[in-house]
Amino acid sequence: MQPTDTALDARLAQEAPAEPGAPRRMILNMGPQHPSTHGVLRVVLELDGEIVTKAQPEIGYLHTGIEKQAEALGWQQVVTLTDRMDYLANLSNNLAYALSVEKLLGIEIPPKAQWMRVMLAELSRINSHVVWLGTHALDLGAMSVFFYCFREREELLRIFEMFSGQRMMTSYIRIGGLALEPPRGWDRAVRNFIRGLPAKVDEYEALLKENPIFLRRTQGVAELPLERLLDLGVTGPMIRAAGLAWDIRKAEPYSGYDKFDFQIPVRHESDVYARFLVRIEEIRQSARIVEQALEGMPEGPWKADAPRYLLPDREKMKTQMEALIYHFKIVTEGMRVPPGEAYVPVESPRGEIGFYVVSDGSSQPWRVFMRTPSFGNLQALPDLFEGRLIADTIAALGSMDFVLGDVDR
Amino acid sequence: MMPPEILALPTPAAIHAWDSAALSGGSLERGDLVLWTTREKLPALCRFLKEQRQFTRLVAVTCIDRYPVEPRFEVVYLLHSIPNNERLRVKVAVASQDASLPSVCSVWSGANWYEREVFDMFGVRFEGHPDLRRILMPDYWEGHPLRKDFPVHGHKYSYKDE
Repeated sequence: MQPTDTALDARLAQEAPAEPGAPRRMILNMGPQHPSTHGVLRVVLELDGEIVTKAQPEIGYLHTGIEKQAEALGWQQVVTLTDRMDYLANLSNNLAYALSVEKLLGIEIPPKAQWMRVMLAELSRINSHVVWLGTHALDLGAMSVFFYCFREREELLRIFEMFSGQRMMTSYIRIGGLALEPPRGWDRAVRNFIRGLPAKVDEYEALLKENPIFLRRTQGVAELPLERLLDLGVTGPMIRAAGLAWDIRKAEPYSGYDKFDFQIPVRHESDVYARFLVRIEEIRQSARIVEQALEGMPEGPWKADAPRYLLPDREKMKTQMEALIYHFKIVTEGMRVPPGEAYVPVESPRGEIGFYVVSDGSSQPWRVFMRTPSFGNLQALPDLFEGRLIADTIAALGSMDFVLGDVDR
Repeated sequence: MMPPEILALPTPAAIHAWDSAALSGGSLERGDLVLWTTREKLPALCRFLKEQRQFTRLVAVTCIDRYPVEPRFEVVYLLHSIPNNERLRVKVAVASQDASLPSVCSVWSGANWYEREVFDMFGVRFEGHPDLRRILMPDYWEGHPLRKDFPVHGHKYSYKDE
């Protein structure tokens, strides 16, 4: 027999009005199969007329125990799990995990791999923001933007497929560098895409920016002061739309971001419209970073020189005794990571992502804690909903830009 | 005990000057500052760090299970100060007997879900938490999945029963 969600039902029963004279409230269940929750989020809303008096998010419908699984896999294998958390910005997740483990290993990443990583992370930021823009506009009734945005996304997925052989679950950034040598002709594909992007972004912005319906539905909606957002642990574009110019790429540069020239877009209104403007501008800034990466791409190896941890090249393995021994050791025992712990924060499209990795010296992680931006940001949901119109909940929800795979892990 | 090179750093020095018993240890892990405190000192220390050292952001709360070593759990508070661009990890050791800690929800509201997650996954209780119940696992679930003695496969629940 299927056990029921009894505790939740009991709470719902408590929330019913105590006596007949009390104000009438309505309990409305939203999700987990609601199209505008962008996944399987469930929100229990308590309504007084059209005003939401209480909102209670229920998460966990997509919980797959990734952190538990990570403890049963080898260090390098965990990369494949990170793809499946935030499935719109896989490469940012790959990067965050790789950086944390590399900090534990203490290995140096060659410049070409670093620049490649920056470029790919920015492409995945564009991918994530483009999907967000399309779905957010669709939620608010602007359907054509969705089609345009998904066209862009398709091109990006083709680029990712070109690099890694996979459209979404790329696992392309690995501990120590990249998974494969960048394919022939990658630069032409990326350049073609990035050249055409700014004009298209202008077009999409023009479709919404002064659209009266869009303005009415977003301006002044779901405002929240910066202090409250920080207190709730919100990160990323929502913070920047509230007036704080804080971006981990600038504040704590990783993977050579300090060598790139870009700006942090900031707005002060902290409403849905400001979040839209910040994300649109972030697409442009990401395009700038990708262009710089293309122009200045260094030559050299795409993988670190760390024979104790990384598999040697096929050629070396067949001609050198040392390399063969290391190959045998790594394949049979797995990559052993020295004991210790590390946490490297990374600016994902949604905010701060970081992997708190703990090693006991064996070939499997002792603990991998995934600090995901969506989980932190979703805590702001009751604040964004309560005391406001039920019609605005969808706009507020969309402006948070969470991915449920990232929330539940 | 506190190594002198840690006490020379500004944040541990400020904590030491405020309450010399607040810290029970400290180290640099791959260059990152990790400070140990005790269950009794935790709420006051958190409040001090937030109000006096601008650690306005609680990045996350998590836990490490050191099974079978006792004290078994290490609850980790990842803190970040945006004005000082400084990161810090505060750790508390928790024994499996009476696994509980005071909640820091009153210091940072964002601790709410993270403490629920630690409770759900490890079974560490947070005293004074406004709404301590499972967050990711279903309400009827028995056991705490991220404990090391909880199996990856072969738990009593299976898809066949459903």
